[in-house]
Formats: sequence, structure tokens, C-alpha cells
Amino acid sequence: MSAARRKRSGAPERVPVAKTYKLYVGGAFVRSESGQTSRQTDPEGRFVANVSKASRKDFRDAVRAARAAQGGWARKSAFNRSQILFRIAETLEDRRSLFEHTLVEQGGFAAAEAAAEVSSAVDRVFWYAGWADKFTQVLGNVNPVASPFFNFSMPEPMGVVVLLPSLRSPLVGLVSAILPAIVSGNTVVALVDGELLTPALDLGEAIATSDVPGGVVNILTGRHAELLPHAAAHMDVDAVGLWSADVGMRTALQTAAADNVKRVRVHDDPERAAWRDPAAESLYRIDEFVEIKTAWHPIGT
Amino acid sequence: MSYVLPPVPSVDQVAVEQRAAAFTKRSIKTSAKKAALAFTVRMIDLTTLEGADTPGKVLRLCRKAMRPALDPQVPSVAAVCVYPTMVGVALRELAGSGVKVASVATAFPSGQSFLDVRLDEVRRTVELGADEIDMVINRGAWLAGDVARVHDEIASIKQACGPAHLKVILETGELGTYDQVRKASQVAMDAGADFIKTSTGKVSPAATLPVTLVMLEAIRDHFHATGRVVGMKPAGGIRTAKQAWQYLVMVKETLGDAWLTPDRFRLGASSLLNDVLLQWERARTGHYESVRSLSDD
Amino acid sequence: MDATKLHAIDPAPGASGGARSIPDVRELLFGDLWPYAPAPERNVWPIAERYGHFLDGEFVDGDGWFASVNPATEEVVTHVPTADAKVVDRAVKAARSAYETCWRDMPGAERGKILYRIGRMIQERSRELAVLESIDNGKPIKESRDVDVPLVAAHFLYYAGWADKLRYAFPGASVAPIGVAGQVIPWNFPLLMAAWKIAPALAAGNTVVIKPAETTPLTMTRLCEIFVEAGLPPGVVNVVHGAGATGKLLVEHPGIDKVAFTGSTEVGKLIQRALAGTGRRLTLELGGKGANIVFDDAPLDQAVEGIVAGIWFNQGHVCCAGSRLLVQENVADALLAKLDERMATLRVGDPLDKNTDIGAINSRAQLEKIDELVAAGRDEGADMHQLACPIPERGFFFRPTYFTGVTQSHRIAREEIFGPVLAVQTFRTPDEAVQLANNTPYGLSAGIWSDKGSKLFSIAGAMRAGVVWGNTFNAFDPGSPFGGYKESGFGREGGRHGLLPYLEVTG
Repeated sequence: MSAARRKRSGAPERVPVAKTYKLYVGGAFVRSESGQTSRQTDPEGRFVANVSKASRKDFRDAVRAARAAQGGWARKSAFNRSQILFRIAETLEDRRSLFEHTLVEQGGFAAAEAAAEVSSAVDRVFWYAGWADKFTQVLGNVNPVASPFFNFSMPEPMGVVVLLPSLRSPLVGLVSAILPAIVSGNTVVALVDGELLTPALDLGEAIATSDVPGGVVNILTGRHAELLPHAAAHMDVDAVGLWSADVGMRTALQTAAADNVKRVRVHDDPERAAWRDPAAESLYRIDEFVEIKTAWHPIGT
Repeated sequence: MSYVLPPVPSVDQVAVEQRAAAFTKRSIKTSAKKAALAFTVRMIDLTTLEGADTPGKVLRLCRKAMRPALDPQVPSVAAVCVYPTMVGVALRELAGSGVKVASVATAFPSGQSFLDVRLDEVRRTVELGADEIDMVINRGAWLAGDVARVHDEIASIKQACGPAHLKVILETGELGTYDQVRKASQVAMDAGADFIKTSTGKVSPAATLPVTLVMLEAIRDHFHATGRVVGMKPAGGIRTAKQAWQYLVMVKETLGDAWLTPDRFRLGASSLLNDVLLQWERARTGHYESVRSLSDD
Repeated sequence: MDATKLHAIDPAPGASGGARSIPDVRELLFGDLWPYAPAPERNVWPIAERYGHFLDGEFVDGDGWFASVNPATEEVVTHVPTADAKVVDRAVKAARSAYETCWRDMPGAERGKILYRIGRMIQERSRELAVLESIDNGKPIKESRDVDVPLVAAHFLYYAGWADKLRYAFPGASVAPIGVAGQVIPWNFPLLMAAWKIAPALAAGNTVVIKPAETTPLTMTRLCEIFVEAGLPPGVVNVVHGAGATGKLLVEHPGIDKVAFTGSTEVGKLIQRALAGTGRRLTLELGGKGANIVFDDAPLDQAVEGIVAGIWFNQGHVCCAGSRLLVQENVADALLAKLDERMATLRVGDPLDKNTDIGAINSRAQLEKIDELVAAGRDEGADMHQLACPIPERGFFFRPTYFTGVTQSHRIAREEIFGPVLAVQTFRTPDEAVQLANNTPYGLSAGIWSDKGSKLFSIAGAMRAGVVWGNTFNAFDPGSPFGGYKESGFGREGGRHGLLPYLEVTG
């Protein structure tokens, strides 16, 4: 929400009720256990809101929530998962004026760009949602082995994936990180940093009202520099995605990730417009957060 | 109380066929090969089961059974196996030789006759002096699900055998799956079979390594459960010495060396003997033999 | 055991005897009434005193020569040099040059024909390769002959066919080779691991610098001869010899675009750290502690074979070994009784004897590691069951062994032993089996034994492991992707998925 509108003088006509921006963990909206916040300002530097600033312990709690939710999410039928993800697109579309408003008022987007950003985010979600009951057909296959076995390879979720999404694309960059990871049955902890944090938490609220089970998506606003070492070293995290060309971050992440042989996916963080390009969506973003399991079943009587 | 089949382990077709194939990888050379050839001869039930069998044919077979080759080192075979009408001829020829007379009774090979007829056939064959009876199970009853009837028929035929040894032919080629073979083996052993035998030789497939392995494993479990020793007889389709020692390897590594005796293991065959003799001569002389030097009987 | 003892349980009743019950002794005797005569495979192929590195299509001498030892006899087989930074650099430059001037741009169909020829020539020289593999590695000839070498040839033949079909491999994406691959492989399947690494890399258009394990360099030299004779252009595959230090030089060389490593989880983590931030691609095939789960409805006799294949194949030197047997409690006694009898038929000894089932442990160091973990198993109170068979006086041998009374906290239940040692645990319900099987940082393989198809599928789905075998174990095929979950590594080798680590996929 933007700052309360004030008259230049005299008493306000009405005092709007300002929103408290909280972390989205395990399906609930929580303040940071650290009690800390970051100041969200608009492009002119005016105060917008205090946004909860996630700590190491908030991250720990989010991983716990993600782990608890993972099995159930992965066991849902692919059709059911796709229906739920489509529902996120519906909810986002429904709230597009909120997101556009935020992007313009707080992020300094031109109105047209804000509209394009929201449209792109909705379409991105919609595109990935449709993959939920199809990606296994394209990424998996039956292998013609030279013995009487039905041998097939199937993609399965990796488990708990931590995402350090784009710093530049506050909405499309975020859904472009979250959706391909959860499509296959992973649960995620998204660590959102950047100049505009509020759309991420608004996205959490949209997700929370889209039948997505609690814990499947966890959104923490905080500082990548602070949280990355914990994400990299957490032994119950299976994979990490980082959208940043920063070599120092990549090195730190990949070094600590080796402690439990985490899968680390690093990508550059292009300009906002490039994030909105349909070329930014790919089946192979789903592929990078799956494991391939190969099973041999005997063929006999 | 009617017979109830006890639980038996399931059999995985792919895995049991892989295991059986592994036995063919054993390398049987030099002294092991010589020993295998001698074992094989001693374990053969030399068989003729043709509508065209005559006293003359059976006589020649018996001669071959007693003295398979000119080399006196070659032992005689375990038994000759003939139709009941030929038991008398065989007994006369084999008298005092130690070679047993086995006979297929019970409306061989189909078994599709009345039980009293089959029992009578067994009794009369034993009265003639047959040492061993090779019966066929009632596959019709088996496939119709009447396990108790199959069991009870075997038990009554065992009784009718008196002192004669009973080999129970499952005709595995008609049972369809290894699971059925395993179960039928159990029924036959429970009913008193002294040997269980794969095939009549009249149905394809006859004996195979995997089907024999399934039966050997049934014998092994039965031995552990009851202490009772049951013998095994693969029959049909075993034509070469190499095939024969693959069976011996399988017996040795499944039931142990104690089963490497004609009292516990037989090979039902006709053309096998000459191939074994060729190999025997090869091992003895160091050169390859010609079948022309062996008798065709 | 001798024939007299046989007679002790075998009254040898006449065929006309009556009841043949032997109620008191129900023990099977796996003895020597019919001993298999020795059936050794002879080596008629010359082995040179020394083999150099293979750089840019030629064998090149080097420094720091060290011996490779026949683990069954402790005799020296041959010597190879140690590649230092200069040699590694030369190898990488040769690979880079071959990549840029020749291999990258060669039509896939032509690359495929060369790979195909390599596969054929491996078949043509299969006996030689098998014998030399058994001499250098210690594995029984029946395995090198019937498993390793046929799979090596099949791997090249399989990927030969992909070389001109890459655009169909990943729908909607365009693909391109990555560049120079640096590959480090272990000693347990020297040729097979080389094939797993080289064939997909070359099919995808990359060039290779590969380091075989320091205890098993021999057959790689034969493979290099085949490369030359098959017309593989110089520099497309380069081989550097040496131990861990050479491997480190190779994987950390800045001229390498993609690293592929098969080996221990410990070293895999070091490599992952070393490559952090470099942008170089990495795949890891690491350790395992595979669960072999036997349910009470399993085909028990075949499950026993699966246990044998799981832990006693290749002396247990198998990253995907079924080193933990999880057996349903209500059939545990029956299954272990069968396992004891099966174990009694295993033949430990001369790897070149065609009847040997279990050959030599690859090195003294590995034997000592096995000894140490087995001692830990005993110290921690588990019950050891070991085949009482003779083993050769010289050479590195270890008798097939299993432990009962093992709990999840025992070292032998958690650590990879990489030897012929099995840890047996029991479970009560399918859920408990799944929980036990997945309770490990590893996730390479699992086996499931059940007669119930639906159970095979559901338990396979619940396994956190890259390869799940239903009613079989340690089955391999070039078309079947192989690789781990969790700390067993990442990336797949084999099948269509095995191309992915060697391609830049865009789209």
C-alpha cells in the first residue's frame, strides 16, 4: 500500500489502515523472529512500509515448513497440482490492480510497464501450471534395455529448493523462479531481496488464497548477503537457485553447497524487460530442479 | 480332511531364468569333465516310449544300457524306461545287471483315464517287476484348480506302487508358469513322490534348466522342512553332454554334492548317451570321435 | 569337506528302498564329490613394461613412473608415469585444439561412425580386454568377460547412434557441445567407467582429457590403441595417468569446460568446492549405501540371488551395491538360511579362473579399509557371518561376509564399505522399510523384492534413489540412465538423460 494520503494541512479526511508486511512461512504470515524490519521506500525515498527482515532462524523455520509440506505436495496428483497452480494465475489476475498500483507507486514503474509486468507474471504462472501434468511425459521416457525389464526414467522433485531470485524483476522474476520449482512437487523457500520487496509478500497472500498448501511456497524478505551462507550450508536443503551474475555470491554458494552435495543452479539476472519475454520461460527450468529416477520392473509371468 | 497346499515361495520368471543361465557359465574341463561324463552315464534313464516299440527295439536298448560302449570303463546307465508292455522284455535282458527297469504307467502321457484304470495299470506293472514307476499328474484336475484331487491321486498311486519307486511327472510344459511348477512340486512331494520329474518328452517345452531349478529349490525346501530326500529327474530335450553337465552343476550348487547320485538325480534321455560317449572317447583319446563308431541303439 | 562326510548323511539307499527319510541331518553339503578342475584363462597378450600418457593421439613418456599391481598376485603388471601440471596442460591444449579444429564441427553422422567403429573393435578384442581387466583389477574373468566388456562395447554403440540425432534429444531446445571435458574415473570398473564417460562426451561433440585410477591404468592403454585404429582424430581423447594430485590438476585446470567425476563422496565434495564460482559444469557419481528390500511375499530364492548380485558382484566394489539388506522380519530367518547355503557355493580366488565368483580386492589400501570397517562392526556388537573358504596366500582377498544384529547407528549400516560385506536389518511394515531405506545421506540405488506388482511400483516411487531395481539388482544397460540422489552425486550417465551433462541446452 502506498503511504497514507495526506492533505497539505488540517485533519486527514480518513486515515487508511496500513498493511503490516509479514513473512509467508508454512502458510502463515509471521513477523521475523528477530524483530527486525527493512524500510520500504518509494523511488523518491519516501517511506512506504516496514517490511519484515528475515533472519537465519526465520530461514530455518521456513526450511522446516517446506520439508514438512514436500511429501504431501509431491504426492498430489499432477492434475491436482496443475489446478492449484492455475488458481494462482486466477488470483493474480484478480489482484492485478493491487500489483500494478504497487509497482507504480512503490517501484516507480510507468503504468504501461506495470501492466505488462503483471500480465507477464500471470501468463508465466499460467504457462508453468499447464506443465504440471505434462513435464514427466517429456522429461521421462521408457528405456529399451536388452533384458526382460520394463525400464523407465521419471523426473521426480528434488525436495526442498531455496531460491534467491532476481533483484531486478520484483514480480515476474519471482514467479519465474518459484513456479518451475513447485510444478514438479518441490517446495520452496524464496529469499527475496532488492529495492522493491512488497510485491513478493503480496504474492504470498495471493498464493495463500489459491489452495496452495501451507509450506509449499515460503517467502522471506531479507538480505541475500546475510541469508545466502545459511541457505548454502543448510543440510536439509536439496537444491539452491541463484539469479545473479555476482561471482562472489556464486562462489560462496557453491562452496558451502558441497557439504551435502546440493544441486546449485545459477543464472544471470537480466533486465526487467527480458524477464517478461516469453523466451524466459522454459521446460528446462523445470528440468533443473528434478531428479531422474530409473526403475527396472521385471516382465514375466 | 482334504489336502491343502501349504504356502510356497513365489517364483520370479526373469530372475530364475537368469540364475539358471548362470550355471551354464561354469567351465567344466579336464578331470571335472571326465567325472561329469561318468556321472551322466550313471544317471541316465535310457528311454524308448514309442508306439512302434518292439521287443527287438527294447532288447537293443537294454544291451546299450548295460554296456554303452566298448570301453569297459564306461559304466552302465541307471535304468531303462519303457511302456508297461515292454517291462517283461526289459527285465529279462537286464536281470542281474543292476540296471533298473522303469515304466511309464497311469495312461501315459496324457493321464486322461479313470483313476481305477490308472491304479490297475500301476499295480500290474509293479507285479511284472518294474523297479520304478513314472506317473503323470492329472493336469486336467490341476488346471481346473482341484489340487486336492491331484494330491490324492498321487498318494493312491504311491500306495499302489508298493516297493517300486515313484517318479511323478508334472509335465511342466503344460503348467504354464514357474509358480505352478513350484506348487505342483510341493503337492507331489507331499503326496509321497520319491522323485519329481519335469516332462513326458511328448510335450514341448520339456525339461529346461530354469524349470528344473524351480523343482530343485522345492526339493531343497522340502528337505529342510521334513528331512525327506526327494530325487529330481529332468526329462526330454537333453541331448548333449554339455547340457547334461549344466544340469549337474545346477544340482551340485543347489542341493549339494549329496544329490550327485542316481538315487537322487536322473536324466531322462535317449540321444544324450551317444553324445556323452563321443565326449568320453574324446577325453580318453584326445581326438574327436565319429558317431559312426558308436552303436545307434 | 570330503566324500566320507557325504556318506555320513547319505545312506545311499537302493533305488528300490522304502522311505528315505533322514530326519536328523537336514544340512546340504556343498563339497568336493565333484570338484571343478581349474579353468584358468591364459593371458596371451603382451603387457609392456611401461605405458606413457596418451596425448594428441600418441603415447608420450613422462616422469614419476609408478607400478600397477595385480591384486591377486601382488606382482607388478606395468608402469605408468605421473602427469604433472605441464602434462595436464598439454593434454588440455590438445583436447582444446581437437575440439576447435575438428571434432566440434565434424558432422554428427561422421562422429557416430567413429564411435560405432570403436564399439565394434572393442567386441573384436573382447577377450583380450577382459583378461587384462581381470589382471589389473582383480575382478573375476566371468564378470569382465560377460558384464564389463560387453557393456563397454554396447555403450559406444548406443551413443554412436545419438551423435547425429542430438536435436531430437531435448524437445524444444537447441543443443551444442560444451567443449573440453575433464574426467576422473575409479578403479572398480576401469573400462566401463571410461566408456560411460567418453562415449556420451564424444557423441555430443566434446573432446576429453581423462584420468584412469592409479591402480588400474592398463586397459585404458588398450582403449587408446583402439581409438587410433578406429580413426578417432588425435586429441579428441587424451589420457593422463597419476593419482589424486593429477586428478586435482585436471579438474581444476581452467581450460576444462566440464568436469565429470566418479569416485568417493569425500572427493566429490572437494571437487564441487574447487569448481565453485568457475562456471564450469560438473557431474558427480559418488558413493552409496543401497538398500535391498525383501518383502515377505518375495520370490525368496531369487531374492537370494539378488542379494548375492547386490553385494558380492565385483567384490562389492560397486557404488550402487546393495550393501544394506532390509528383510521383513517374518521371513528373515528363512531368507538368511537360504543365503547361508548360497554363500557356501561361492568360489573365492584366482580372478582368471572361469569358475571364480569373487576375485581379489583391488588394493592393499582397500583391503585395509574393509578390515577396519568389519572390525568396527564386530566392536559395535553386530554378529558376523563369514564364508569359511580357503583364500590364496598371496594377493588381497576378503571372504564374503554379512552382519546381523545391525542397527541404523552402526558404522557398517551408514558408511560405504566398498567391499563384500553386507549389513542385514529387519523391518515390520512397508512404511518402515521405506523409512529405513531412505535414512541415509546417500541415494544411489535400491532393490525391491516382492511378488506384488503394485508394491514394486509404490515402493520404487518412495525410494530416494536414482536407480531402483524391482526383483533384480546391479542390472545395467547403456540405455538406462544411472546416477544418484542426495550425496550420491548429480547428473546421469546412460540413456538419453546421459547426454544432458555434455550439452549446452538452450530454450
